[in-house]
Amino acid sequence: MSETAPLIVLAGNPNAGKSALFNALTGARQKIANYPGVTVERKSGHFQLANGRPVELVDLPGSYSLDPTSPDEAVTRSVIMGEQKGERQPDAIVIVLDAANLDNHLRFALEVIALGRPVLIALNMMDLAERDGLTLDPAKLEAELGVPVIPTVAVRSRGLELLSAAIETRLSEKNEQLTTIVPKERGQGLRKQAKEIANMAVVAETAGRRWSERADAVFLHPFAGPIILLAIMFVMFQAVFAWSEAPIGWIEGAGEWAAAAVEANLGEGFLRDFLIEGAIGGVGSVVVFLPQILILFLFILLLEASGYMTRAAFIMDRLMASVGLSGRSFIPLLSSFACAIPGIMATRSIADPKDRLTTILVAPLMTCAARLPVYAIIIGAFIPARDVGEGIGLQGLVLFGLYIFGILGAMIVALVLRSTVTKGPNSGFLMEMPKYQLPRIRDILLGLWQRAWIFLRRAGTIIFAATVVLWLMLTYPKVPIDSPVSQVDYSAAGRIANVIEPVVAPIGFNRDMALALIPAMAAREVAVAALATTYAIDAPDEEAEAKSLTERLQSRWSLPTALAFLAWFVFAPQCISTIAVTRRETNGWKWPMFMLGYLFALAYAAAGITYWSAVALGL
Amino acid sequence: MNAPVTLALTLDRLAMRQRAEISSIDWDAMSENEGARLRALGLDEGVTVEKLHKGMFGFNDPIALKVGRMMIAIRKSHAANISVVIPA
Repeated sequence: MSETAPLIVLAGNPNAGKSALFNALTGARQKIANYPGVTVERKSGHFQLANGRPVELVDLPGSYSLDPTSPDEAVTRSVIMGEQKGERQPDAIVIVLDAANLDNHLRFALEVIALGRPVLIALNMMDLAERDGLTLDPAKLEAELGVPVIPTVAVRSRGLELLSAAIETRLSEKNEQLTTIVPKERGQGLRKQAKEIANMAVVAETAGRRWSERADAVFLHPFAGPIILLAIMFVMFQAVFAWSEAPIGWIEGAGEWAAAAVEANLGEGFLRDFLIEGAIGGVGSVVVFLPQILILFLFILLLEASGYMTRAAFIMDRLMASVGLSGRSFIPLLSSFACAIPGIMATRSIADPKDRLTTILVAPLMTCAARLPVYAIIIGAFIPARDVGEGIGLQGLVLFGLYIFGILGAMIVALVLRSTVTKGPNSGFLMEMPKYQLPRIRDILLGLWQRAWIFLRRAGTIIFAATVVLWLMLTYPKVPIDSPVSQVDYSAAGRIANVIEPVVAPIGFNRDMALALIPAMAAREVAVAALATTYAIDAPDEEAEAKSLTERLQSRWSLPTALAFLAWFVFAPQCISTIAVTRRETNGWKWPMFMLGYLFALAYAAAGITYWSAVALGL
Repeated sequence: MNAPVTLALTLDRLAMRQRAEISSIDWDAMSENEGARLRALGLDEGVTVEKLHKGMFGFNDPIALKVGRMMIAIRKSHAANISVVIPA
């Protein structure tokens, strides 16, 4: 791409459909980075105008006003003003307006138009406005505002050619001052002016089908609403397990096939052991969880795109308030069930800084998908697969309990933090709830693909590196033949684990677990890969090696030890990426270090209490 | 001349489906940022609102208001700083 490609920015209120328009214009070719020095996302992409001229498109954070009330809005303002560090002066500003919400959205548009920069209006979601019984006259609006107005329906890719042509025209007349409008004073005057113009642009307004309001009569019902929310979450977590069974089988099959292929084609030796035990065994045991992660993200993306997430925040606000948070924290915390990293990044929408910090600090307590491999293998090995009631399996119940354990932990920690380190006035809850929308499949698939790619890249880099290093440390130095010591005890990793073991022995952890905890610092799921690698190397013969990890765990761990290990992982901050993202989002090392400290302390205490109680009960 | 009978109360006490006009907002009771957010979402003096929804049973908090064509969620504690009049 050439450096001289004109810069077009998309600006507008949140929920105006900016991102849908951005996706429709740029397709999958987009780059997400941060603005230098601030934790605000810069989403950019490229597309070609009708005349073939390439332009760069940047999707600015949604803003209600040029008077910023959040870091996001501050960036939008300074980009539009041409003052943002690391960003060129935009060559054209496309303001995206929700056609059904003109009087509110026009305020921001009027503020921007008043700056006298090259502005275009994308009058978006025309279809929804029509469905709402609203007939608009774009020409009239154009005359009133003095800037080009192009009707669009971004989710159906309608109006894009016209918009692209208008951008082209706007770029060629860049230096001409077209704006005729003089905005009235800020505040009330601006609001009245916006309303006047909106009223002029509306040709007819009938009652229309207020289907969104009718849907809310059910979803926001004081009784039905919470029950529906609970049901949706229940279905979501059920689906994570039920729908993933088959694809997990395929991935496992592919792993076995690959291992067999390596075995057939390579002679015995370092490379063969490395590939089968280290690479395929280690990375494979983690990639197997891709289906579950994608199912979880599918639900979260659908709930977000449909507009339901804000309803969930509305329903949950009062409960969140009881621990000093707000409904705004619900969305980041729910996302943290998939992964704390997008969850922590989603806290950017929380306006109150103390609220935001508290949410970041408790986000790792939500049971993320990376804990599933650990939970699944331990539960599978130690909790009998029997029913405790009609259709309720004991294994599923224990897993559910672990999720609840994490949620309760997060609530207690939030309460404590809010009255100590993040003490402050009770934050408010003030939020727009957009109309419901049918999610666009393309946008959902794009989101899923981005998540899958991040996960696979992690598996291919951090997790692969951690498994390989561990495998090497377990394999060398080689134990002398006829030595009574096992390979693991003799290896470098084993010797390190022997040093750690006394620290974790009081909470019931054995040497192998101490060993698994080291590489699991890179990512929790590596603990499973580490145990698999350890026991594969330690196997005395082929027959023992063929035994599954489950059987090996059963023969080596006691039940209290296994339960303590589960309790540990509810709290343990074993994910370098989370620590890194916390450092980035809080602009320093203070809070990630605090997070690391309090989570390890909690993990140790929880594992200890679990172990001692289980032993006392004679389990 | 009969003055129109109007009812004055605070926004948090509005009944469901009731429409009212915001008569005054106690800006001093909230931070500058909160005030700016309130205005940004279209809640300002002279605006007509309608209470559409209330939160979970037992709490009835927060409340959802129709402001223009937007739906805005706000906590009752905040709404208590907003005075409204119900036209006769």
